[in-house]
Amino acid sequence: MTSAIQPALDALNQIILGKHNQIRLATACLLARGHLLIEDIPGVGKTTLALSLAKVLGLGFQRVQFTSDLLPADIIGVSIYEPQAAGFRFHPGPIFSQLVLADEVNRASPKTQSALLEAMEERQVTAEGETRPLPDPFFVIATQNPAQQIGTFPLPESQLDRFLMRISMGYPAAEAEKALLLERERRDLLTEVQPALSSQQLMDLQTQVKAVRVMPALVDYILALVRFTREHNGLRQGLSPRAALALKRAAQAWALLSNRQGVIPEDVQAVFAAVVNHRLIAASEREGGAPTADDILARVAIP
Amino acid sequence: MKAAIPSDYLNQTSLLRLIAVLALVLVVHLPSLPAWESALVAAGLGWRLLIALRQWKLPPPWLRTCLAVLSFAGIYASYGRIHGQLPGIALLMIMSVLKLLEMRSRRDVMVTVFLMYFILLTHFLNSQEIWTAGYLLLCASAITALLIDVNHPAEALPLRNILVSGSRMVAISLPITLLFFLLFPRIPGPLWGIPSDAGAALSGMSNEMAPGDISSLIMSNRQAFSVRFFDREPPPRERYWRGPVFDSFDGRAWKASSLSLRIQTPEAELLPPAVRYEIIVEPHRGPWLFALDVPDPTTRPDKSFIASEYQLMKGRDVITRELYVLTSHPNHVLQKELPESVRRVNLSLPRGFNPRTVALAQQLQAEHAAPEAVIRAALRMFRQQPFVYTLQPPPLGRNSVDDFLFETRRGFCEHYSSAFTFLMRAAGIPARVVTGYQGGERNELGDFFRVSDADAHAWSEVWLESKGWVRVDPTAAVAPNRIELGLSEAMQASGELPGFLQRGGWNWIRDNLTAQWDWMNTQWNRWVLAYGPEVQMDLMRRIGIQDWRSMVIVLTVTASLILGIIGLLLLRQFTPARNQEVAVRLWAQLQRRLLRAGIAQRPAEGAGSFAERVALETPELGSAVRRAAGIYQQLRYLEGATPALQKELAQVIKAIRT
Repeated sequence: MTSAIQPALDALNQIILGKHNQIRLATACLLARGHLLIEDIPGVGKTTLALSLAKVLGLGFQRVQFTSDLLPADIIGVSIYEPQAAGFRFHPGPIFSQLVLADEVNRASPKTQSALLEAMEERQVTAEGETRPLPDPFFVIATQNPAQQIGTFPLPESQLDRFLMRISMGYPAAEAEKALLLERERRDLLTEVQPALSSQQLMDLQTQVKAVRVMPALVDYILALVRFTREHNGLRQGLSPRAALALKRAAQAWALLSNRQGVIPEDVQAVFAAVVNHRLIAASEREGGAPTADDILARVAIP
Repeated sequence: MKAAIPSDYLNQTSLLRLIAVLALVLVVHLPSLPAWESALVAAGLGWRLLIALRQWKLPPPWLRTCLAVLSFAGIYASYGRIHGQLPGIALLMIMSVLKLLEMRSRRDVMVTVFLMYFILLTHFLNSQEIWTAGYLLLCASAITALLIDVNHPAEALPLRNILVSGSRMVAISLPITLLFFLLFPRIPGPLWGIPSDAGAALSGMSNEMAPGDISSLIMSNRQAFSVRFFDREPPPRERYWRGPVFDSFDGRAWKASSLSLRIQTPEAELLPPAVRYEIIVEPHRGPWLFALDVPDPTTRPDKSFIASEYQLMKGRDVITRELYVLTSHPNHVLQKELPESVRRVNLSLPRGFNPRTVALAQQLQAEHAAPEAVIRAALRMFRQQPFVYTLQPPPLGRNSVDDFLFETRRGFCEHYSSAFTFLMRAAGIPARVVTGYQGGERNELGDFFRVSDADAHAWSEVWLESKGWVRVDPTAAVAPNRIELGLSEAMQASGELPGFLQRGGWNWIRDNLTAQWDWMNTQWNRWVLAYGPEVQMDLMRRIGIQDWRSMVIVLTVTASLILGIIGLLLLRQFTPARNQEVAVRLWAQLQRRLLRAGIAQRPAEGAGSFAERVALETPELGSAVRRAAGIYQQLRYLEGATPALQKELAQVIKAIRT
């Protein structure tokens, strides 16, 4: 069953060239039942990644372009009076799909952002006094553009950790970009992609992630990493217990992708930057700078 | 092929191993059994082997009962009884083989295995040599390995594994064995009586001396005793080891008269220097203990006495190896005053024998007034006339001394001492034959002398006014080398020597090996076999233990400590924390090894990434380090600790050479 994920990864890598690590992280995030925040400039393939994931994994896909005038109801849905039925009927919003792409999430008002983040956390939506469960699997990919901060509402720090991982795409490597220009349009390619995995298989994999073994020795390592961030002067806040849990879950998913029945320190290291970078808050500029994820990994010994 | 017989408790491989180990345990007993029983034991083993291999049926109960009854009857017929040591061992062996024929349950297997341990123990009743101990350890390891194997009846364990585990268990038990050997209170005498037939094959000095006795004795290389001198080492010409003394001649053989065996130490004036030494005497048929001429009576061992002709004796035959320490005085005046009865015995001759010798004696007596002059004249005769010292003397007739002195003139030491003593008595000088050993071979390794039957010798003692008994060795007159250099030097040219005494060629290798073996044997005798109550108490006093009560307390406390420590060590193996430590410790070992090659693992570097880096930088180490890292990850992160993986990791790391 574990190897079932490999064809999906291969298919993704054929569409998005030279981004093995990001694809792998995104898949791990999905398997760990976490949500993904992609932070990058436009045009590096954020949307393509989300679309390909939906296609390859056979997920129902909805895209929401966040704007400043977007209202919560635009995401969640709204009840409309229907004369035939002589009553209100709920019209579910785009959030009721398995994969939701929230494009430029920082452009919406905090109220709308909150609605999305709450749905992500609760995996259910309460509208007009009625609670409705979201589909399963449910996976949100949000993107934001770090360069254009004018007229945006940055996601509050306290809510950033609703995302399991934050990654950035980065420019493609020269080879990959050449291939990108020479070959067919990616979007055309996408229409031909067949799902490599059924939703049932995906859910089984998500269950398997929880069964990946975490031995005391590994927990010690996670704790050492967490403790380091809490004691470091350059950081205003260290990693919370929720962050530690996120780290464990992400590492479990990564181990599953590597076909291992247990988590090794390398798995933790592989997901560490993606899991913690958006959770660490630098103290201030004066303190001599906050350590990056790589700094932390290099300075915490594996027990 | 038929389906596996359900009646067999063990799998076939384990069953074959059991038969093999039983055969190993029984095989050394076979020579001492009656032929029919050896054959029966071999046949039983072979039968069971075929049953296992061909999957035959086990014999029916009536047949087994018949075999058992017949075996009892056979043993009764062979030994005349079914109790006692030899019949007991014979019964045990037969029954252990018959047990194989009804082995179907776990209980039968266990009984057979423990029977093997017991049979193994009975080897000590027959032999207590070094090789016995080695063989016993080997067998004990084999039986223990078998015991491990039969506890997994469903399928045979790998042979190597069980042998290693079995040997390890035996090795672990050695310290405790040693402790009990040293500290368990020794009982004077053997535990269940000396086997009545222990001396059956022994040789050595006998209680009479006829021509040819000693020359046949020297054909044997059996060790008679070994000697270690404490300080001064007497020169070869003083190394006369006094044994049986014979004062009665019947025309053919010399014997001890009733007078000579009295417990009545004759007075002796012992002059310096004194020689102190330690003897380990091999068992032999006879009550003599050998001593350098002549021992100080006050230093004699317990339960021994000095008889009227100054022989050191025990009250009973020497049938076990014994160790004793003596002081001797090569310079001495023995029995200055000769009692009339003793004089009479030592002058008596059988009537009507050896007329020509008697005539010669009278002629010597007439020519020389002083006894000393007579002795000198007789020795001169041996030296000047064509006497030959040989191991193959021609046969002698009724007047053996006449024949030897005037006809054949070829003889060995018993001929010379016999003829000389006869001549002296005929010339009116009290004289007697002393047998024993002369010389001894020095063992360079062990700083001791080995005296064997090949050193057997006979000489004479004459009694002189105011000098007492004086040793005269007529052999020395004929073959001085015999005394100074030993038998093999004296006889080298003649080609008459038995093979083991010949020198030259490749023999030095054999001599060297023999010397080493003798040395080992002597150490074994000294420290293991001679470790009796006295030696034990002596040793205990040296380490400050005064009586056997304290000894038992020390024994109990030490044994409990050892067992406790072993128990704690075993316990630690089963705790999970300890298990994690094993992997970490082994990995640290690997890091040290690689550090020697200048490869260091960074603290934040996982084992797997480290292995990949090593593979990249030092490709020849790559696969081994990768493998080690894989097992390390298994142990620490994937599966948890298992002894098999820990062992594998240890082996992989051990194999890494930097």
